[in-house]
Amino acid sequence: MSTSENLTPARPLLEIKNLEVAFKTQNGMVKALKGVDITLMPGKTLAIVGESGSGKSTTAHAIINLLPGSGKITGGEVLFDGKDLSKLSQKEIQFIRGREIGFVPQDPMANLNPVWSIGFQVEEAIRANGIAKGRAEVKKRAIQVLKEAGLEDADKRMKQFPHQFSGGMRQRVLIGMGLSSSPKLLIADEPTSALDVTVQRKILDHLETLTRDSGTALLFITHDLGLAAERAEQLVVMYKGRVVESGPSREILQNPLHPYTQRLVAAAPSLASRRIQSGRQSVVAAAGTPLYAGAADAGVTESIDLVSAAAARAEQVAHTPAAGNAIEVRDLTKIYKIRGAKGDAKTLKAVDSVNFSIARGTTMALVGESGSGKSTVARMLLRLEDATSGEIRIDGVDTAPLAGRELLNLRRRMQPVFQDPYGSLNPLRNIGNTIGEPLDVHKVGDRKSRRARVFELLDQVSLPRTLAGRYPNELSGGQRQRVAIARALSLKPDMVILDEAVSALDVLVQAQILRLLSELQEELSLTYLFITHDLAVVRVIADNVSVMQGGRIVEAASTDEVFGNPRMEYTKELLDAIPGAHIPLGV
Amino acid sequence: MPRYILGRVLQAIPVFLGTTFLIYFMVFAMPGDPLLALFGDKTPNPALLAQLRAQYHLDQPFLVQYWYYMTGIFQGNLGVSFSGEPVTAILARTFPVTARLAIMALVIQSVAGIAVGLVSGLRKGKLFDASALVVSLILISVPIFVIAFVAQFVFGIQLGWARTTVGSGAPTQDLILPAFVLASVSFAVIVRLTRSSVIEAQSTDYVRTAYSKGLGRNRVIPVHILRNSLIPVVTYLGTDFGVLLVGATITEGIFNIPGVGNTLYKAIVLGQGPTVVSFVTVMVLLYLVVNLLVDLLYGLLDPRIRYV
Repeated sequence: MSTSENLTPARPLLEIKNLEVAFKTQNGMVKALKGVDITLMPGKTLAIVGESGSGKSTTAHAIINLLPGSGKITGGEVLFDGKDLSKLSQKEIQFIRGREIGFVPQDPMANLNPVWSIGFQVEEAIRANGIAKGRAEVKKRAIQVLKEAGLEDADKRMKQFPHQFSGGMRQRVLIGMGLSSSPKLLIADEPTSALDVTVQRKILDHLETLTRDSGTALLFITHDLGLAAERAEQLVVMYKGRVVESGPSREILQNPLHPYTQRLVAAAPSLASRRIQSGRQSVVAAAGTPLYAGAADAGVTESIDLVSAAAARAEQVAHTPAAGNAIEVRDLTKIYKIRGAKGDAKTLKAVDSVNFSIARGTTMALVGESGSGKSTVARMLLRLEDATSGEIRIDGVDTAPLAGRELLNLRRRMQPVFQDPYGSLNPLRNIGNTIGEPLDVHKVGDRKSRRARVFELLDQVSLPRTLAGRYPNELSGGQRQRVAIARALSLKPDMVILDEAVSALDVLVQAQILRLLSELQEELSLTYLFITHDLAVVRVIADNVSVMQGGRIVEAASTDEVFGNPRMEYTKELLDAIPGAHIPLGV
Repeated sequence: MPRYILGRVLQAIPVFLGTTFLIYFMVFAMPGDPLLALFGDKTPNPALLAQLRAQYHLDQPFLVQYWYYMTGIFQGNLGVSFSGEPVTAILARTFPVTARLAIMALVIQSVAGIAVGLVSGLRKGKLFDASALVVSLILISVPIFVIAFVAQFVFGIQLGWARTTVGSGAPTQDLILPAFVLASVSFAVIVRLTRSSVIEAQSTDYVRTAYSKGLGRNRVIPVHILRNSLIPVVTYLGTDFGVLLVGATITEGIFNIPGVGNTLYKAIVLGQGPTVVSFVTVMVLLYLVVNLLVDLLYGLLDPRIRYV
């Protein structure tokens, strides 16, 4: 198959020319793509990078003509092997889908039909594309496909349903389905953004091997520039429905020309953490000189903020006399009773004798993969769940016996911000009421003073006051997370527990929120417990790091130590998994 | 699974005791002496009256009457109606009629409702969809007895396709028109339920993924869209069974069908305690069984729900 392509290397496999897509809305047609050009040669890897809403996924869906009902290709052409896909009939495009172009969708949780078994859904794809005939043949091929995609005991798991699979396993199933008929092109739309870094790495390595072995070209969509640069030869940067920059990855990363790409390079935490590292060294080496020359010329403004903020904090923390511990946790353990495979009772140690303390006014990051017990620790701190054993002291007071009034007072001083800015705001309450709700609950002040406080909070998180009358669905993800932070701050807490508070956000928004958090910390001398699976973010925000694995803290030290000299194999693995960590940077 | 079914059966016991007690109490509390009503204008012989009272335990306190009734039930004796016919015999005579009517209605409402709802959902905003929405809204908002009278007038009198009243024995072809009337309201609800879940399913990620695998509409619609859309419809069918029983009472009255509903209505009017209580008890038990079946079916349709 690949030999015939090698004979004509000049012809691109996929050539998108001036593609335009519009969506029908109540205010007429809205253009989502305004002339996109992409060229992909056979067997090569290309990444499309951009923030959400830039048109990356729309481009992917337009290629295989699967735009949602209200979307339409309004101009340009999609040439695949010389044929214009946008002009094919239903039957013809159906023949191309799956057979010649495989598709791996974004969200592994929503992309498998919950009512059919995994085996059924894989076999269906194989049968539709005529890969194998007959019951036994199809089943054999399905098991083979799943095994190739890295699902170990595929033959045993064929009869299981999607809800019995973890996110990473579901993504493997989807990758297996996408590759099941050895297509010439595989489109992968954010294939790993819902996954932990270590799982992400395994899956991407695997995808790379599979596509290399079969000579499949890969069109890969991501919002993480570091990831794109590490995995793809070619890079296409999209912004507001246009391609603003394209070319070889390393070149773009080291010498971004378009201002948007420059901002993207600067803000990517995976890359920024590298910058801080190099930045710190130069501070030590040549105290007083700019962190890195040429940064301003390149228009890298965001990164300077992040880097200098982190550096300044390190100074500040080092020079502040110890103010005592705001949070102290001793031998904290949580055991859940779960039902085993045969309906027998089993116990699960979600948190296993965890010890840590956080000094007042500092940030501790709790890092680990999903399932490592991070969030359980947070819930116990907030007294949303009771500990099985161990002790939590807030300002020296044991929280376990608190009840009623005292518990309410504790909650007032300790506020949470959760991961999902979509799920943690009530869609039926406007922003003003959402932010003011804690004030109502704790009966702080009168109506007028509460109103004033809401406006003050909106100012603090840099949101316009006019937003108070609007509803969550009218806000972007970043704005919603700001609202969640404002709500957490409304009672003037001393401590804020941030559970994956920036994980769901785009890099640029993530940078804004991280900066906002560090400003607020300085201003209000807050204590943060920052829970995340993303070590890159930790580098920017935290003073100390505790790494959790399987319910235990396996490593705890200052951020510098953990990054500079990780002791545990597991921590090293997490650090290595930061995408783009090995890319030499031009700055 | 067996444990789950056992649990549900055990749950039915307090429900059974509670409903029989409640209904018995309400019949007992009804004003007027049912025996006096039997004699009409004649003045009964006091000795005969006393004998009848003793025979039906009407001279005993309420709890004692209830006790006699309950012990009877567990011996398979549902009591005797005032006309002297055992209640079990009345049940055996009327139940098959209503069962036929209800099953016909159930088939009509589910088959037609799901079919119309599916086409409607797939052609959202088109003429078919708009008409289906208007018709279903009319059927939902008009009371069932109005629909019944209109159907009798149009199909029975104007067109002459069907008999307006059903004779004794209730031949199945006579039950077709009443079955359509009985099915009408639930049909409309099922159309709307199916339509909205089909529309929702069409825009799910897993449907897009199914198309991206190279499947055609002929496969995606039944396997990925319709199958998932049936889950809320099946849930509705379970709770709807009660509505069906109530509707049967009205429809049977209008079409003069000698079924459970009709008999129950007459028994209530005459204050025939044993008949009313027995009929309602059987209906309650039936409702519990149907809902257990629906819940089990639900587990088959949606593997995320497992009964352990």
